[in-house]
Amino acid sequence: MLGALIIVFREAIEAGLIIGIVAAVTRGVAGSRGFIAGGVAAGVLGALIVAAFAEQLSKSFAGSGQEFFNAGVLLVAVVMLAWHNIWMAKHGRELAQELSAVGKAVASGDRTLLALATVVGLAVLREGSEVALFLYGVLASGESGASVLIGGAAGLALGALTSVATFYGLVSIPPKKLFAVTTALITLLAAGLAAQAVAFLQQAGAITALTDTLWDTSWLLSDKSIPGRVLHTLIGYADQPSQMQVVVYGLTIIAIIAATKLTAMNAQPPARAPAE
Amino acid sequence: MRELKIAAAALALGMGFAGAAAAESYTLTIKDHKFEPAELKIPADKAATLVVNNLDATPEEFESKPFRIEKVVPANSEATFQLRPMKPGRYKFFGEFHEDSARGEVVVE
Repeated sequence: MLGALIIVFREAIEAGLIIGIVAAVTRGVAGSRGFIAGGVAAGVLGALIVAAFAEQLSKSFAGSGQEFFNAGVLLVAVVMLAWHNIWMAKHGRELAQELSAVGKAVASGDRTLLALATVVGLAVLREGSEVALFLYGVLASGESGASVLIGGAAGLALGALTSVATFYGLVSIPPKKLFAVTTALITLLAAGLAAQAVAFLQQAGAITALTDTLWDTSWLLSDKSIPGRVLHTLIGYADQPSQMQVVVYGLTIIAIIAATKLTAMNAQPPARAPAE
Repeated sequence: MRELKIAAAALALGMGFAGAAAAESYTLTIKDHKFEPAELKIPADKAATLVVNNLDATPEEFESKPFRIEKVVPANSEATFQLRPMKPGRYKFFGEFHEDSARGEVVVE
């Protein structure tokens, strides 16, 4: 039972953290809860479909279908997160001026709600399909099914609790600082997901350069442990990353920061413009 | 939509692709949540292809940290992995869904 709990929690924790972050980022935006719930529901449905067709998926792309699918899902999420930050750089100032209530200064506007709901859906889809396959395997084998299912349910509940804890942790940050914190979090999250996508592409043999392990800190903090998994999601921590993973991680951060700075510069109103 | 294009372009910048190379093929089977052989010998400093054949009626997640592999092998089916060139040594692999019994090592020599 404990084994099942840990396996399911390990998969659920990433989606849990992402849901919590998105909920905090979009707090105060009308309809954001509905978008997030829709993202989760679509993700669960997608996960069940992916799990049902796991065999066909595995056999596609000369046996690398799973890798390309995961890499694709991760890269779409990276683009959505980058887009959110860039959009916020452009419009965040206006939003902050328009919404006099300080608490709403961090509201992301409904333009990027769909992008963030997509990120939530993709996270649930990717992790959820593995949970579904694992639990299906337990049901199919009939070995001590009940206790494993209870463990699995407890793992999912802990994942949901992670969302709640992340949300309240973030919204307890003073509103003026919250925007800077979530922007940094989303940048690191995106970089970590991009590095994960590289791992899948390297596994598929689509990237063959820089495959050597850059460092091994598995003795210090395994990215399979729960704290390791949290850091893995939040900042992209990996205990044995390849050189290419680290390169892409760095490039993603640089690219997002450069793109947001450029956008913010272009969006800057002329000095001393009269208030409208 | 302009922001989306910038984001996509920024991402494309960060990605480099190269072609895959052909390599020697090895096979592992999973039966009753155990690997056969539990010890697989492969030559050092050479890329290899590994086929994992799952004969069980349940899926298994084949995983190896040193080879940076993590993939679900569905019930009664097989999956193919590209093993990168490795230095001599013993490298562990396991099945995450049945970690108690599904364990083994690749011996690179």
